[in-house]
Amino acid sequence: MAGRTTAGEIPLAPDVTNQPPAFRTAQEIARTVIGPRPIPPLAKTGRIRTPALARAVLPTGLQVVAVRKPRSPLVEVRLRIPFGGTSKVHAARAEMLSATVLLGTGSRTREQVDADLALVGGHLDASVDPQRLSVTGSVLSTGLPVLLEVLADCLTDPAFRRNDVLGERDRLVAHLSIAATQPSSVAHRYLQQRRFGDHPAAWDMPDAELVGSVGVAAVRGLHSRAVLPAGSTLVLVGDLSPTRTIDAAAETLGGWVGASGKATRPLSAPPPVVGGDLLAHHRPGAVQSQLRLSAAAVPRADPRYPAFQLANLIYGGYFSSRLVENIRESKGYTYSARSSLEFWPGTAAVTIAFDTTTESTAPALLEARYELGRLSLLPPTAEEMDAARNYALGTLATSLSTQAGLASMLSVLAGSGLDETWLAEHPARLAALTVQEVADAARDLLAPAHFTGIVVGDLGVLEPALRSLGDVQLA
Amino acid sequence: MTGRLPRADYAVERFRLDNGLRVLLAPDKGAGVVGIAVHYDVGFRSEPQGRTGFAHLFEHLMFQGSESLPKLEHFRLVQSSGGVFNGSTHTDYTDYFEVVPAAALERGLFLEADRMRAPNITAENLSNQVDVVSEEIRLNVLNRPYGGFPWIHLPAVLFSSFANAHNGYGDFVDLQAATVQDCAEFFQTYYTPANAVLTICGDLDITRATELVAQHFGDITGRPAPVRPSFDEPWPTSVLEAEHLDQHAPQPALAVGWRLPDPVSHLRDYLAFVLLGGMLADGESSRLQSAIVAKTGLATDIWAGAGLLGGPLDSRDPDVFVLGAIHNSQVPAKTVIEAANQQIAALAANGPDDKELRQALARFVSALYRDNDGIATRTQSLGAMELLHGRAELLSELPDLLSTITGDEIASAAGTLDPTRYALLRVVPAGDR
Repeated sequence: MAGRTTAGEIPLAPDVTNQPPAFRTAQEIARTVIGPRPIPPLAKTGRIRTPALARAVLPTGLQVVAVRKPRSPLVEVRLRIPFGGTSKVHAARAEMLSATVLLGTGSRTREQVDADLALVGGHLDASVDPQRLSVTGSVLSTGLPVLLEVLADCLTDPAFRRNDVLGERDRLVAHLSIAATQPSSVAHRYLQQRRFGDHPAAWDMPDAELVGSVGVAAVRGLHSRAVLPAGSTLVLVGDLSPTRTIDAAAETLGGWVGASGKATRPLSAPPPVVGGDLLAHHRPGAVQSQLRLSAAAVPRADPRYPAFQLANLIYGGYFSSRLVENIRESKGYTYSARSSLEFWPGTAAVTIAFDTTTESTAPALLEARYELGRLSLLPPTAEEMDAARNYALGTLATSLSTQAGLASMLSVLAGSGLDETWLAEHPARLAALTVQEVADAARDLLAPAHFTGIVVGDLGVLEPALRSLGDVQLA
Repeated sequence: MTGRLPRADYAVERFRLDNGLRVLLAPDKGAGVVGIAVHYDVGFRSEPQGRTGFAHLFEHLMFQGSESLPKLEHFRLVQSSGGVFNGSTHTDYTDYFEVVPAAALERGLFLEADRMRAPNITAENLSNQVDVVSEEIRLNVLNRPYGGFPWIHLPAVLFSSFANAHNGYGDFVDLQAATVQDCAEFFQTYYTPANAVLTICGDLDITRATELVAQHFGDITGRPAPVRPSFDEPWPTSVLEAEHLDQHAPQPALAVGWRLPDPVSHLRDYLAFVLLGGMLADGESSRLQSAIVAKTGLATDIWAGAGLLGGPLDSRDPDVFVLGAIHNSQVPAKTVIEAANQQIAALAANGPDDKELRQALARFVSALYRDNDGIATRTQSLGAMELLHGRAELLSELPDLLSTITGDEIASAAGTLDPTRYALLRVVPAGDR
């Protein structure tokens, strides 16, 4: 009843019941009467059902994989065509092919291809890298037949109209000029040169001048030589019946045959990454530097891969890794630092990447090397190992819980000759690992002497500190 | 096709705790994972003068430990439970989420409750996160071409009030000036349970989840939710123009901004602009891609749509319809804008044809389903709809709502994109000077 007054009365005390309490200090906010509470344990893990899957190799050599995952009324589509080349001219033509292959067919204009897809809620995008040409798309489940028909039309009868090819060439050159000003693209190009030299694996970004001289005939020629079903894989995941979808794909894409007896060409194996000095590249006036370090790893099919996966996670593969806790959370040198495993036919690498202010560049490099040395010489704790393992298992489950995640994963695995069996067995491989196996993997994977790399930044400021750290040379 | 769009159902249940926390449950049996999101009703539009970037800086601080969790423990606990996490600051809200295996639901709720109850904000963590945020700004804005384009610089042209016009990433000077006491007051003003929505989506049991929410969030005391002021201001009455010198961009770019109808009180009017954006610029068959990129090559890239940051339906009023382009330096910005305005005027005069309307609808709906197939996005979308519109059900209802929008409504939406009243930001490559 406190504070109850009638008109004319002077209250004894101000009515506080409806007033917000006064602001507390940050220290007061951080404490409650109860005090710190115990962390709840994890509940029991339920079983996740394996989705129904069908697989077939068509007479043309195209492998089709269809998976039923009906949460959303969509189908995700991934076509992967191995697309290895041996020259920079191939890289330039491949980029032009990928930019134009969906821009019209003999019977459809550029706009019609897109309009037919749009009407069924579909889209298709093509992209290329040194390993593969990829067509990615999705569609409302009711529109899958239309999407497959448009895809078949683009694969068998692309128009490559002169206007469209030349117009896209101009755009591509413009996009390459933008990419050339993106610090991350620039750093990636230097890194690829540093670790692969003149091997085609290094040419993720084509040469703008070579692109500028690609004509219609060259694109057509590459299409008929290299866009082939034998060796390619089509993955379809979503609200579908696997066997009926395989039949539909066989019927619609059966006419995509390619030159008789020819199969797609995978990228030749790049040389293994070998340790060496960091090459320092000058970017005048840069406010941030890019650091990229890389060393040899093992492919997914290698029995040591699961241990490498955990060693990489513990080092810098996730937020609660040693590298991120050190150079971001403890020292504030960077917004984002990560280390990841990358794969090419017959070779694999671990790549560490972070950007830092010019002043923090040398100290951040020192810390990154220190953490490499520490993890390669001394075993991780059992706690670190369990955390990394749970993270690997949980994020695998999360990424496979979406249609797009599962489709992309199956497509990527197909590129390494692996399939859903490898995926299904991977959790057991992670579960069986011992600390010793991860320590052995860390010794091999993370030894500082195995690393090479690049740094891009304002060398006018950076050079003395980098020189004093050592194992750095000017490009 | 209009009547035959396949449906996706995102069913929700809701309740409210005594402390005012709104709770949303969206079960998806068999998903194996569960998403947890907390949306606080404060974005960078609400930050005080002299404290630009504070809402985002504060978001970083919410990850730096709380009464039961020393620094770094939040990240470690989520990830060692097999989960992922993030936070993001928007115009009108700030959200925090984690997606974890279903077995870690209670742990995830505990983490969110602990920092809603008693975050540990220290001078040391503040200083460390000012450094991290400064690096984020260098990475995403200062050291790359078209950094922050157009969301940082266009509002300054279109709007005149500090709230709407300022840079949400913040100035380095303001970030450096932030104090621990600022943080304490900001937390107590905006991070009270009554000002938040908790969303749990995925592999969950309603009864068990309800118990867990009461158990972990029930004893959080707080203040009443702050009264949110109107951020409305007059629409432009002429063409407002500004240029931004970009140290890294090789080509000029432009962004045109028009005001939109209030997304909450005039939802149907707003949705007409969502479809309009699709038919203008989504895909090779859209009007601007065909006329301005493919046929005439006036621009190398063009885009148009509702929303400045995070797409359509991501903020309250005032919101912006943006037309953006990157173009060759030989082509004046005016030429690109005039060509775009011609296409917009044609739509305003004649409306879209029926097929065009159905294409835009099917594309939007398909993208909506695709985005929300993942638990993380679905959890965030439901929470944002509940916070901004008071109706998480909107996510399920959007396809039907959009399918009733007529060509006439699209035409009148296009008619408000007035070629004499808009904001224009031109990005000028420093090399061209």
